[in-house]
Amino acid sequence: MKPLKFILNDQPVETHTNPSRRLLDVMRHDYGLTGSKEGCGEGECGACSVLLDGHAVNSCLLPLASVQGRQVTTIEGYAKTQRFAVLKQAMGEEGGSQCGICTPGFMIAIESLLKKHPKPTDQQIRIDLAGNLCRCTGYNMIIKAVKRAAKVGEGLW
Amino acid sequence: MKDISRSVPKEDHDEKVSGRALYASDIQMADMHYAKTIRSDRPHARLVRIEYPTLPDGYIIVDHTDITGANHVNMIFEDWPVFAAGVVKHVGEPIALVCGPDKQVIQSICEQVVIEYEDLEPVFEFQDSVVQKAFKKGDPDTAFSQAKEIVERVYETGYQEQAYIEPQGFVGYLEGEKKVTLIGSIQCPYYVKNAVMKTLACDPDDVRVIQAAVGGAFGGKEEFPSLMACQLAVAVLKLKKPIKMIYEREEDMIVTTKRHPSKTTMTAALDETGKVLAIKAHVALDAGAYIGLSGVVLSRAMLAVTAAYTIDHLDVSGDVYVTHTVPNGAFRGFGAPQMIFAIEMFMHHLAKHLDKDPFDFRKAHQAKQGDKTATSGIFRDPILMDAMIEKATNMSDYHRKVKAYAAPNVYRGIGMSWFLHGCGFTGSGESDHIKAKVRLRKTEKDHVYVLVAAVDMGQGAKTTLKKVVVETLGVPYHQVTFDHPDTDDVPDSGPTVASRTAMIVGGLLSQAAQTLKETWQKGKEQVVEKRYRQPDFVVWDEKHLRGDAYPAYSWGVNIVEVSVSPVTYDVKVENIWSVYDVGKALDERIVIGQADGGIAQGVAYGYLEVMQHKKGTIQHKNMTDYIIPTSVDMAPTETVIFDNPYALGPYGAKGVGELSLVGGAPAVALAIEQAIGRPIHKIPATPEMIMELIRHETT
Repeated sequence: MKPLKFILNDQPVETHTNPSRRLLDVMRHDYGLTGSKEGCGEGECGACSVLLDGHAVNSCLLPLASVQGRQVTTIEGYAKTQRFAVLKQAMGEEGGSQCGICTPGFMIAIESLLKKHPKPTDQQIRIDLAGNLCRCTGYNMIIKAVKRAAKVGEGLW
Repeated sequence: MKDISRSVPKEDHDEKVSGRALYASDIQMADMHYAKTIRSDRPHARLVRIEYPTLPDGYIIVDHTDITGANHVNMIFEDWPVFAAGVVKHVGEPIALVCGPDKQVIQSICEQVVIEYEDLEPVFEFQDSVVQKAFKKGDPDTAFSQAKEIVERVYETGYQEQAYIEPQGFVGYLEGEKKVTLIGSIQCPYYVKNAVMKTLACDPDDVRVIQAAVGGAFGGKEEFPSLMACQLAVAVLKLKKPIKMIYEREEDMIVTTKRHPSKTTMTAALDETGKVLAIKAHVALDAGAYIGLSGVVLSRAMLAVTAAYTIDHLDVSGDVYVTHTVPNGAFRGFGAPQMIFAIEMFMHHLAKHLDKDPFDFRKAHQAKQGDKTATSGIFRDPILMDAMIEKATNMSDYHRKVKAYAAPNVYRGIGMSWFLHGCGFTGSGESDHIKAKVRLRKTEKDHVYVLVAAVDMGQGAKTTLKKVVVETLGVPYHQVTFDHPDTDDVPDSGPTVASRTAMIVGGLLSQAAQTLKETWQKGKEQVVEKRYRQPDFVVWDEKHLRGDAYPAYSWGVNIVEVSVSPVTYDVKVENIWSVYDVGKALDERIVIGQADGGIAQGVAYGYLEVMQHKKGTIQHKNMTDYIIPTSVDMAPTETVIFDNPYALGPYGAKGVGELSLVGGAPAVALAIEQAIGRPIHKIPATPEMIMELIRHETT
C-alpha cells in the first residue's frame, strides 16, 4: 500500500496507518501532538480544531485520508508563529483562557477568523467562533482578546 | 503597598494557550492499558446472572468481587457502591470494568458480556424521602395565625449538567508492589485518596493521588472522580499495568452527577400593609439513586431561603428523595441556585399579587448589617447592597427600561436578582470535618514551595494563591513555585469547593507566609504549617441548623435584559450587568473571569439548558442535544466589583466562585416574565414553555 503523505506543521510526513482513522487520533497518538483535545468527539465543541490549508476544521470528524497532500497545522505548529505570540499575549491580557481545555482550539479558530477578517466586528467574531465551546469564560474575554490581537498585530493577518 | 487586585499574568497561561498543559488523556506511559465500564441498562433491577466471556491473555474484568475493602464510595452518606452488587438502581450504574491493551478488543469483550436482569419497579417521583431537615426562626406559627393574607407559590427547576469541556478521566499505575498512583481530572485530591483507601482497605502510604491539568469541573469533579478512582485502583492492582480510563462525552453525560432537580413550595404570611411577616418554605431535591452529597446540598438550599432579605419568622424544611435515576451532586452553587430562583421569583410575585412596585417591595425587605440571618446568626459585616443596587440600576438604565417594557407587545423585558452566597463550608464543616492544613517549604536556595491540595481548574487558584504568598513574603514571582497537588507532597488543605479556596486556603497561606517572613533565615531549609481555626464568633448548632451558617457572605446583583420573538418564542439575552462584593478581589481579571463564566452558566440554567430523562434514561446525552451557550448566545457583560474587605480573609478576600452563578436564573426568568407578560414558576423557560404560557394563559 502506498503511504499517505501530507505536510504536518511545515514538515512533510508519510504514514502507513489506516486512512479511516480520525485525524485527531493520529495527531495525538502517532505524533504525540496532544495539544488538540477531544471534548465531544462529534464536531460540536471545537476543542480538536486544527488548520487544514489554513482553515480551522474539527479533527475529530476528519478521516486521515482527507488530508492527503494537504497542510495540517496543529497548535504545536501554530505556536511557533509570530501571529500566535501576538494572540497569546492578547489572550493573557484579556483573560481569554481559564481551564484551558478549549484554548488551543480557540487559538486555531481565531487564527482562521483573523485571516478571513483581519479587522473583525463583534458580530463577525461571535458568529465565527460559535463552533468552539467554552464553559469557563462566557466568551466575552475571548472576544476582547481577538479585537486586541487584531489591533496589536495589525498587518500580520 | 501596591493593590493586590491589580492583575498579574496567569501562572499557567503559556502552557494552556500553547497546548502543552497535560490533561489526563494527554498522559502517555509505556505499556498503557485501557478500561471501559460495563453498565446497567435498567433503572431498577436485580442482577440475576452475569456471564463474562473467556478473556484473551492480558485482559481482565474487575467487579465488586475484586474489592478488598468497602464497596462504597467514601462520602458523607456511604450508600453509593463502587460496583453494583446484586441490584442496580439507575441506568448507567457501573457493574464491572474491562481492561486490557487494545480498545477494540475491550469493546468486543464488553459486547459479549451477558447480564440477566429481573426488573423491579422504578420510582421517578418525589416519594421516597431519605433525608429530612428543618429549622425555624422567630415564631412563624404565631405570625401565620395573625396574617391578613397567606399566599403560596410553587417553583420548579430542572437538571443542569456541568458540561466541562474535558470529560472525566484518570490514569492509574502501580509504584512497586502495592502502591497505587492515580493522576486525574479532579477537584479534591484527598477525597479521592480517602475513598481509594477505604475501597482497597490499605494504608495511606499505598495510595497517591496527583492532579492533572483540569479542563473544567464546576462541581462535577468534586465527588464523582472518587467513584472512578476506586474502580481504577482495584483494576490496577489486579492487572499490574498502567491503565487509562477516559470517559467519552456521551458516557460522561449519562452517568456523571448533575444539579438536583427541585420543587420548592413558598408560603408567605402578609400583614395588612403588605409586609411579609413570615415565610414557610419546603424544598424537595431529587438525589437520583444514591444520596452522596445530597444532604449537604439540601442544607445549602435551605440556608439560602431568604437570600438577600430579612424575614423575621421562618419555618423551613426540606427533603432529599431518592429516585431510580443518575445520582445528582455538586454543581457550582450547591443548592443555592434552586432556592435563590424560588425566593427571587416569589418576592416579585408577592409584589405583583399585592399590586405593589416589585423594586420598592423588595427594598422594604432587604437585609441590613446587624440583622439576624435565616438561621438566627448575625450579619456582622457591612452590607453594601444599597450602593450596589444603585450602581447596577444606573449601569443598566433599569428603572426607565422596566417602565418602557411594561407596555403590551414590546416583547422585551428586564429582570433583576439580589443574592448572597455563604463563603466556605456550612457551619462547623471547616472546623469539624475539613481541618484544613497548609504548608510552605523553603529550600536552602531560598526557593519557596506552596504545598496545598487546592486545584486550579481554570478559576485561577494557582495564580491567586501564589500571589498571596509572593506579596506577603515580598519576593519575586520566580522564587515561589505552586505545582499541581500530589498527596505525597501536600497536606490536606481541603477540597476545592464551596467558594472556600481564596478565603480559607488563601487565608491560611497568608498567615504561613507572614510567619515565614518573620522567621526567614537565608540559606536554610524552613517549613511553616498553619491549620484552620474557626473564628470564635462563629457559633453553629448543626443539629438544629441554628447560628452562623457561614463566617462571611459575598453579595451580588444581576440585571438581565432579553427580547423574545413573538413568532418563535426564542429568547435572546441582550445584555447582562452585575455588581459583586467579594470582599477584595485577589486579582481583578480573574474575578471578572469568574463573574463572566458564572453568569453565563446561571443565565443559561434559567432559559437554555434542558436535560430530561425518560424512564430513567438521560435524553440529552451529548453536546448536540444538551445546549450550552455559544459565543452567539452569550450577551455582552458589564461587571463592577465593590471593595468590602473581610477582616479574616487574605487581603480582605471572601468567596468568589459560586456567587456569580446563583442569581442568573431568576434575573433572566424575571426578564422573560416581563417580556411575555406571564408569570414564570419553572426553569428552564424554553420556547415550548413560553408558548404554553402564552397560549393557555396559565398563572
